[in-house]
Order: sequence, then structure tokens, then C-alpha cells
Amino acid sequence: MNEFAFTEEQNMLRSMVRDFVDNEIKPIAAKIDTEEKIPENLIKKLGELGLLGVSFPEEYGGGGFGEVGYCIMQEEIARGCMSTATFIGAHQSIGANVIYLGGNEEQKQKYLVPLAKGEKIAAFCLTEAQAGSDSFNLKTRAHPDGDEWVINGEKLWITNGGIADIVSVFARTEKGITAFIVETDRPGFSAGPPEKKMGIKGSTTNPITFDNVRIPKENMVGQEGRGFILAMKTLDAGRLGLGAACLGASKELLELSTRYAKQRKQFDTTIANFQAIQFMLSEMASLIYAMESMVYRTAVDYDLKKDISHQSAIVKLFCSESLDKIADYAVQIHGGMGYSRELPIERFYRDSRINRIFEGTNEIQKGIIARYVLKKNGKL
Amino acid sequence: MKIAVCLNHVPDTASKISVGQDNQSIDTSGVTFVVNPYDEFAVEEALKTKEKVGGDTVVISLGNDNNKESIKKALAMGVDNAVLLKTNEIYDSLSVAKILANEIKTQNAEIVFFGKQSVDYDNGAVGQMCAELLGYNSVSVVVGLEINGNKVRAEREIEGGREIVETELPVVITTQKGLNEPRYASLKGIMAAKKKIIDEKIPENCSNYTETISMKKPPAKQPGRIIGTDATAVPELIRLLKEEVKVI
Repeated sequence: MNEFAFTEEQNMLRSMVRDFVDNEIKPIAAKIDTEEKIPENLIKKLGELGLLGVSFPEEYGGGGFGEVGYCIMQEEIARGCMSTATFIGAHQSIGANVIYLGGNEEQKQKYLVPLAKGEKIAAFCLTEAQAGSDSFNLKTRAHPDGDEWVINGEKLWITNGGIADIVSVFARTEKGITAFIVETDRPGFSAGPPEKKMGIKGSTTNPITFDNVRIPKENMVGQEGRGFILAMKTLDAGRLGLGAACLGASKELLELSTRYAKQRKQFDTTIANFQAIQFMLSEMASLIYAMESMVYRTAVDYDLKKDISHQSAIVKLFCSESLDKIADYAVQIHGGMGYSRELPIERFYRDSRINRIFEGTNEIQKGIIARYVLKKNGKL
Repeated sequence: MKIAVCLNHVPDTASKISVGQDNQSIDTSGVTFVVNPYDEFAVEEALKTKEKVGGDTVVISLGNDNNKESIKKALAMGVDNAVLLKTNEIYDSLSVAKILANEIKTQNAEIVFFGKQSVDYDNGAVGQMCAELLGYNSVSVVVGLEINGNKVRAEREIEGGREIVETELPVVITTQKGLNEPRYASLKGIMAAKKKIIDEKIPENCSNYTETISMKKPPAKQPGRIIGTDATAVPELIRLLKEEVKVI
């Protein structure tokens, strides 16, 4: 085993994103939550710095930092605002990634480049009313008509649905589920009102309707009928990035909780001197250690083009469950102040919960992991 | 036009500083080092100046290999070239100024930026000393700058207001907060910095003009005292402010 260490560029990336988050995101994170909107100006700045395409190769307008770089960035973004991390994840890790993983050279030049540069925003349209965990059951249809495809159907719970310029859509054709690229200004495309959510309120989640949306033949991604495999492959990356965001939020919560425990006095001493508090901090630190280890181990494997399907399911499962525990401890350590909207703790607590649900519920992750374990006869 | 920016690598202002065992230096173990905050304004102004008048930018730093971290940051922000004057010696202001002035001369830089002071020793002297050694004009604590051809118009921060100064190139400018908003290193910049070479040079020997005898921490702050919680405490408060602290 070689040394487990980041490169100089990766450290510079982290330090740059941290500075950016401290100066530009943390001061407005509460406002993003209460106003339920990420300011357009913030999205513009993220794009200008190259953060909306950090993982993609430079020839496609990206930063060339791969999945490890993407995880570093998401960690740092989530320390400030999980809504912003969700927005970036839906745009880069799944929305645009469909085109990167499945698209041809022409599609990458035409659609991926402006997405990676942050000039356009992407979303990933898979989920439907009857196709959540059972995403294979999707009903949206696409039929050929001359030189075009015509798409009809309804998608639900689409992150960035209301702000996206380009969406990756999964629809059923004669040969099965197929992926398409749709520009949102095409007639017949409409986004419904945003969902009213418990957390990650700044990230917009919308229903999307395709009413005879016509797209050129060349907007089909990959082969007809091979879209479901592409969707699953894309979600492998999405789940890993989700783990990285959970890791970042967890680190922030441990720092805030430790600082508070060392300041807050009860019974004539700081509460950090009580074993009850120390045990919570220890458990938080241990979970974070495991999260960090698995996120980067998996990210390195992803960049080496290994199949990380069951690994990213483990990362998603473990990191989202861990963040929920850590957020709960953080509220407990802060006591009444943890419950108050004056501090960011309660926001993290609300924002945390979705991670056990989206990008495949944790129960679905357990299914993926179990299938792998059974196939391998328990030998990992 | 060659534009130089001199950069120092200093303990992060958020670090907890303690005096080393020799009582003459700080204990650097566990201390994070960063680009001197005032030098970030200098780097930004060098880049903005280049964008306006053209030319080449070079960052010059005196210190050991650790300084490369700060140099790389300047390169990632967009500076073209870098020189590390490599040494493990700790020099005083005039020695630093002499070494830097030599390099500025070698670089033939006509516009030179410094942060107004380094937050480590806080002498705030090197920029002006350099200007004197080079025979350059010098404007310090600058919060506004315009360079047109040979003409330089600078705004300085002075007690209670601003002073406007006009001078000519070549010039040394020391930068103050408010002059600009330093840019973030972009991803492109970070990748480009990886490919840029830091020119390492050994500076000629220089002897210090001052000697550090000892370093000590300021006395610990006394805890506050509560002398009362309502208006009856006011006479005692006034007495203490007059007689004990002697501020009124």
C-alpha cells in the first residue's frame, strides 16, 4: 500500500474552494435556506472558477481534476451549504455526466463543454410518480418521427428542474429505456412549481412535463434501449459524490460541536470535560474517519476506471447514515442552541435527512450491496 | 513592461503563536503558513496592472522551500513567472530589502508591488527600503492606483482621510486592504501553475543590521471585573476609570 495522500494540485483546489466557501457561501447559507433559492450570482461565480466542471477533462471545458477532485470540492461546498452541494451534484455528477459517460464526441462538444464551463445548467430526469426506487418502471415515452424523436411523459422530483438549460432524459422506446439530451427551451417542455421540502431548500426540485417535445435524432445518447445501464452507471458517480458531501457536512458539524463544547460552561466547567459529550465527539470523529477513507478509496478507483457500483452503494449508505447520526449528536451537544435557527446546526440536521432517500434510497443501496455479496459468495 | 510582486510566506493569522525554546524565534510546529494577507492585494494589483498595460509578471519570494506553497498560489492566480531566493537564514528588513532589490534589478522590473507589511514581524519597511536602494519612486499604504504611460496616480490611506499622490515610473507600491478584491485561483490557474517552473536562486550572503535578543508573548489579558449591575455602580466605575486605568 502506498501513501494515502493528496497531490499538490488537489490541496490547492481544496484551499481555493474552502476560501470561496468561507467568503462567498457561508455568509449567505442561512439566506439560501430561508429564501429557498441559490442566488444566480453564486452560480455564475461557481462557473467562472470552473467548479461546475471540476471533474471533466480539460478538452471538454472541465478542470481535469477527476472524481477525487470532485469529491474534494463537494466536501468543501457542503461545509457551507448542502443546497449548493445538491445543485452542483445534480448538474455535474449526474445531469452532465450522462453526456460525458454515454455521449459521442459531437454531443460532448456541443452540450458537455458549456455545462462544464458553467455557462449552462444541467438536470437528470429519471424519476417518475411510479418509478422511484423502481426506476425501471418509467412510463415516459419517446417515438421516432422522421428526423426527430417525440417525447411525452412526466418526471418528478427533478433537482435543478426549474433552472436547467439542458436535461438528460430517460424514456421508453420500442427497444427499451433510452437516454436523450433535451434543451429546456424546446416547445412542450415545462417545469412545475418547486416542491416544498424539509431541507436543502435552496436546491430547487420540480416536476417536469414533456408534451410532444421534439428533439433531433442525434440527441439520443448511446444506443437505443441501453439507457437504463447508462442511468445506473451515472448514479454510481452520483452516490460517491453524495458521500463526499456528507463527509464535508460531518466535518463542519464536528468542528462546530467541538468549538461549542469547549466554550459552553455548565456545573462550573466546560461541557467538553464531560464524558457524555466526549463520547459523542469520539463517535463523530470515528464515523468521519471511516467516511473519509471510503470516499477517497472509491474515488481513486473510479478515476482508475474500475467498476465501483457496489462500492459507491456502500459509500452512499454509510455516509448518509453517518451524517444523520453526526447531525443528531451536533444538535444534542448544542442543546437548545442546536435547535435554534440562530445557528446553522438545525439547518444541517434538516438538510442531512434527504441523503438517505435520494440517488436511490438506502434500502436500494443495501439491495445492490447484497446482490454483490451473494454473487461473490461473501468474498469481497 | 516587467511587473514584479514580492511575496512573503507567513504564519496564518488564525494560528496560535508561541515562542520557541531559544526565546529568539517562534515555534513553527503545528503552525499553518499562508500568503501574507497584504501581499494578496499586491498579487491582485500586479495582475490587474498587467491586464491593463500589458507586460510580464514575476513573483519574487525570499525563504526556504516552504515558500513554494505561497508562490504556487500566486502562480495559480495568474502570475507568469516565479523566483525563489532560497535560504534558511532569517534576515532583518534591510537585508531582505537588499536581496530583493538585487533581484528586482536583475528582472528589470519597473513596477514593483509589496504588501504594506508582513504580518509576521510587522516592520512595514521592506518596500520603501527597496525603493530607496533601487532609486525608484515609492508610494506606501496604497488603496487606489492608476498607471497611465509613465504617470502614476495613487491614493494613500492616511489618518482620517485619503491622500492623492502623483509620481512616475519606475515605482514601488505597497498595498493596503481596500485596493482591490484578490481573485481566487481558478481551476485553469491551478493546472497551469503545475506546469510553471519556479526559478530557484541562492541569494548572495548578507549580514543583518539588527539582532533579535529575545521574544516574549504579551502579558495575558486580565479578566473583566463586574463592579455592579445597575446605576449605583456608576460612581465607582468613574473612580476606577479616573484613578486606576487613568483613561478619563
